[in-house]
Amino acid sequence: MGDRVKVEDVNVIREGAGERKDEKEREKNGEKMAKKRERLIEELRKKESENQDLQQKLEKREEDVQAILAKLIQDPTNHIIPDKHQHPLNHREVARYSRQLILPEFGPEGQRKLSSTSVLIVGCGGLGCPAAIYLAAAGVGRLGLIDYDTVELNNLHRQILHTEGRVGVAKAVSIALSVKALNSHVELVPYEVVLTSQVALTIISKYDIVLDCTDNVATRYLLNDACVLGNKPLVSGSALRYEGQLTVYHHNGGPCFRCLHPKPPPPETVTNCSDGGVLGVVPGMIGCLQALEAIKLASGLGTPLSRKLLLFDALQGTFRTVKLRGGRSDCEVCGETPTITKLIDYEQFCGAAATDKEKGVQLLEADKRVTVEEYRDVRVKDTPHLLIDVRLPVELEICALPNCINIPLKQLGKPNSIAVIEEKLSSVRTKSIYCVCRRGNDSQLAVKQLESTLSEHGCQIKDIIGGLTAWANKIDPTLPVY
Amino acid sequence: MKVTLEFRGGAELLVNGVAQHPVDLDGCKWTVARLLTWIQDNLIQERPELFLQGDSVRPGILVLINDTDWELLGELDYELVENDNVLFISTLHGG
Repeated sequence: MGDRVKVEDVNVIREGAGERKDEKEREKNGEKMAKKRERLIEELRKKESENQDLQQKLEKREEDVQAILAKLIQDPTNHIIPDKHQHPLNHREVARYSRQLILPEFGPEGQRKLSSTSVLIVGCGGLGCPAAIYLAAAGVGRLGLIDYDTVELNNLHRQILHTEGRVGVAKAVSIALSVKALNSHVELVPYEVVLTSQVALTIISKYDIVLDCTDNVATRYLLNDACVLGNKPLVSGSALRYEGQLTVYHHNGGPCFRCLHPKPPPPETVTNCSDGGVLGVVPGMIGCLQALEAIKLASGLGTPLSRKLLLFDALQGTFRTVKLRGGRSDCEVCGETPTITKLIDYEQFCGAAATDKEKGVQLLEADKRVTVEEYRDVRVKDTPHLLIDVRLPVELEICALPNCINIPLKQLGKPNSIAVIEEKLSSVRTKSIYCVCRRGNDSQLAVKQLESTLSEHGCQIKDIIGGLTAWANKIDPTLPVY
Repeated sequence: MKVTLEFRGGAELLVNGVAQHPVDLDGCKWTVARLLTWIQDNLIQERPELFLQGDSVRPGILVLINDTDWELLGELDYELVENDNVLFISTLHGG
């Protein structure tokens, strides 16, 4: 914009016509104009070439997208993937991987083995992203990428291969695009499927090593059993809050997941990232280490983390490796007389869904619950009531409704909490209590808790259906959703 | 007898969010079975069923004595010695 011809210049040209004393000035102006013209032309050429570059990049990107989408597998029951065979390294590979080729323990032999290895990454999230990108960078032969889910904005702080522009895109496709941009020679097989007992063995049979980058107990048991039945090593990673865990299951006489955990944990003891939170770097660390273990298994480098469990504590800054039992001879799936000889129903076995998505629960009768619209009316009419927000204080720092009191669910039954509630009820002169939380699950537990602790007061205690998430979606869009 | 008890991987939530508990146990013959009951009576704040089930730890918690799987050391029958470190770790599932 700075190079636009100014109005004064045009005036100078007009006035200058035919006037001798202005001859010199005219010449000067003419030179100035010519220079300006040249500059503009040059600028234009530059922009044109930039435009062409961008156009080419865009076309290349579009080609990549089409290539990835063409490979996207949505029905894995009978997909065909040829075996990976070893081949001598070509010049391009030697140049590209030179810094790891000169490691004596790895060398060209390790590279050849790695490039003929296929790795299946189950879960394209916080663990799957770093695992995939390091395996691709190192030159793995083929990457299978499974995820049924699509990219959400709240994934991006840890699932670093997805982008703002790909919110809503299948995670498996999104990872494949990022991986392709780093190393176009890795063969990519994205699967937009739920890993079920029906398809797991078919998919796993096409890969040499499996990475468990999933986020729920049911899929972890499924993947474990499938790897035992399909005889593949399973590199298992997990992360939550500030801690991570890593081990290799079913390798060289080491235990499988079931050897360590014959029985699933009670569902209420399992926390997911959505409820417990997670610092992005933590799955980042564990995912990188999963890639490392896969590279070791593929190339024969070092000692795989079998019969050992690595514990990472981000707050203490410690890595601790503990010694595990060997495979149990009485293990139900990998023992001497296995009772699990085909895949079972894992959601039923674990009593929990094979996702980390929140499910709304219905614990209260309908007359003890109000919709956000009904509660808005209570506020608009200024009906005396007490609003108790049962989330953690840190969550109220993110968003909260005005005039609520904060008593976290865990504190609700404690004597000092009851005293606070009783005092508030008498100062507001009401017997009406509304409980609210993030999504409307804990608020129902809160109503149950308060019904028993405040039973003598004759209070009317209700919860707000859908919690603050519903309030933000339906009543006040200025409230952030987390 | 002085031993260190550690709770990690979320198991610390059962003991008021504190990961490390140096404790001094009365007497000398302490099996892990006896220790578990002691923990339940002295350290667990609420919902003991989330720590013990029957006479052992609940599914999902691994027990490591001096960084070794308790299964290799006799599980409930292992006899503690001075300065032992007993780690209760809840298996993580997030990704």
